[in-house]
Amino acid sequence: MSDSKTLIKIQHSLTQRNRAEARFHWYGRIAILIGLMAVALLFIDIVGKGHGAFRATYINLDIRYDADLIGIDNLSDTEQLSAGNWQALPKTALRERFPDVSSRRDKRRLNNLLSNGAGFDLKDRLLVSPTLLGKTESVWVLADDDIDTYYKSWLDGNAYEARLTGQQIQWIGELHEQGSIKLKFNSNLFNRGDSREPEQAGIRGAAVGSFLTLVMTLMLSFPIGVCAAIYLEEFAPKNRLTDFIEVNINNLAAVPSIIFGLLGLAIFINFFHVPRSVPIVGGLVLTLMTLPTIIITSRAAIKSVPPSIREAALGMGASRYQMVLHHVLPLALPGMLTGAIIGMAQALGETAPLLMIGMVAFIVDIPNGFSDPATVLPVQIFLWADSPERAFVEKTSAAIMVLLSFLIAMNTTAVWLRRRLERRW
Amino acid sequence: MQLKSEQALELDESHVTVGQSFCDDPKMTMRNVDVFYSDKQAIYDVNIDIAKNEVIAMIGPSGCGKSTFLRTLNRMNDTVEGCRVDGQICMDGQDLYSPKLDVVELRARVGMVFQKPNPFPKSIRDNVTYGPKIHGLADTRVDLDEILEKSLRKAGLWEEVKDRLDQPGTGLSGGQQQRLCIARAIAVSPEVILMDEPCSALDPIATAKIEELIKELSQNFTIAIVTHSMQQAARVSHRTAYFHLGKLIEVNPTEQVFTMPKHQLTEAYITGRFG
Repeated sequence: MSDSKTLIKIQHSLTQRNRAEARFHWYGRIAILIGLMAVALLFIDIVGKGHGAFRATYINLDIRYDADLIGIDNLSDTEQLSAGNWQALPKTALRERFPDVSSRRDKRRLNNLLSNGAGFDLKDRLLVSPTLLGKTESVWVLADDDIDTYYKSWLDGNAYEARLTGQQIQWIGELHEQGSIKLKFNSNLFNRGDSREPEQAGIRGAAVGSFLTLVMTLMLSFPIGVCAAIYLEEFAPKNRLTDFIEVNINNLAAVPSIIFGLLGLAIFINFFHVPRSVPIVGGLVLTLMTLPTIIITSRAAIKSVPPSIREAALGMGASRYQMVLHHVLPLALPGMLTGAIIGMAQALGETAPLLMIGMVAFIVDIPNGFSDPATVLPVQIFLWADSPERAFVEKTSAAIMVLLSFLIAMNTTAVWLRRRLERRW
Repeated sequence: MQLKSEQALELDESHVTVGQSFCDDPKMTMRNVDVFYSDKQAIYDVNIDIAKNEVIAMIGPSGCGKSTFLRTLNRMNDTVEGCRVDGQICMDGQDLYSPKLDVVELRARVGMVFQKPNPFPKSIRDNVTYGPKIHGLADTRVDLDEILEKSLRKAGLWEEVKDRLDQPGTGLSGGQQQRLCIARAIAVSPEVILMDEPCSALDPIATAKIEELIKELSQNFTIAIVTHSMQQAARVSHRTAYFHLGKLIEVNPTEQVFTMPKHQLTEAYITGRFG
């Protein structure tokens, strides 16, 4: 009798337990769903806004490379070349396309269809093949950003006309009918540095700056971090001093990154007089920031090496240094590398400390080395997001896409490395 | 009965080890050895000799200090935080704890096999040749291969692994792994081999093989073995030392310990009244 009573009680509690478990499963699923939706929303928004930036509007013109028009007589004279009126080439070609335009104001509006940089593109073309001088060729010339914005929105059936006059819209319509205006792959985005003109602005300068800064950060923080971790974990005596150091490393990991920027400004720039805005100082500041991460993950990786391996090595008569170098380090390396890559990914996305050390400057030239002024991708995104021109909206999203793809690539590498190098024991 | 014997030990303040602790031609000698972990004393005033080419077994209940005792012989306790060894431990008359002695050299002369098989996560070849390599015992690859084969043959593993020397040592079975560890230890030609419960993680067949191996090795090496199994001690050792609560109670020829123990604690332990 009592047996069946117990059974009933157990069954009763069992249904309750099963229900609780099912509920718990659903909480988890909902949490994951919310997370995935947030990520999906982010990607849809960014891709939706940014995909247009990978194409730019070009106008087809018959360009006559007229030396008189440019005001040069010798292609090898650099002074003449830089003083030449290159913009006259596409302007003239465009005016020939629309011969009815006569008033000064209309001419200016007509010229506004073209990018300011169109003439310089033609100069580069001419310098590559000097035989073109005096000849005529059909060239796709870069259009102004307002035209670009209008043309893309018009193609999407939702024309944005605010910055154009009716006449300009009519000209574009005519060009479109003749097939002389079209969207082409925007190579400027990947080949150029920053510019005030959205149609000429590219992320190459920022990407190269990011790369140089990261190389600097990795070269400094990985060896220092790994050495610190090995010393603290394997050699340092356990006393108050090492406890104090450990607590402070953990504190350092929690310090807001802008503080590191201020520190970098005060120490590296004001005290050691490292030049501003250069990847060296950026790398130094980001090293300070990623060092705690690398030390903490490296120590965790070293700790996870089983003590039996250490005993085996010491029992064989290996010195502590040999034990670490031959046995602990190879086993801890995957974890250390993962930590380093995660630290690097953090550094790649870091903006605040770099604002403090002048990497927020407007820099057109693509940096050639560690001591050239540079900016980095997240700062470039910040700068573009701040710009008033409408065309920078899609540029901003495109730059975010590039940054995200770098981050995803780095994290994938981290996972791959861990799988690849991990050894079982 | 158990209560009574524990009381007996506590009353015996100035306890003296019973039996034949000393021998004429000792390999290692220990005099008045105390071991402390921080402020807790693990071993009290141990005096014992270990003879050349003998197998000495350390038995006793859990926590009696037999493993601690073993690890003082090649200074593995150095790695334990807060461990302190007092007294004198000598090998061939040389003080092991003198500041002049390099612990690396000591561990090359006194090898160790651990409770759990712990081959390096490397190939079988690398496992065995690691010691000779770091100590510079072989000049050429041929020498190294010779040491490899000799050590594996001595450990009775050669026939089983000769075709897969470059496969990971961790892929072997538990018993094979432990024999690999023994091969690794003897590859540097130590004078003494310490074994800390080498069979406790193994099945009876693997255990039998290891015991057979210990008997063979005793022709060339001095072996100190800690074991939980009294049968094992009886099978492999020449002398047996019984530890109780950090004190060395009795040392005598193995046969005598298991047939006519002198001390009542030893008797209580081997007849299974506690432990």
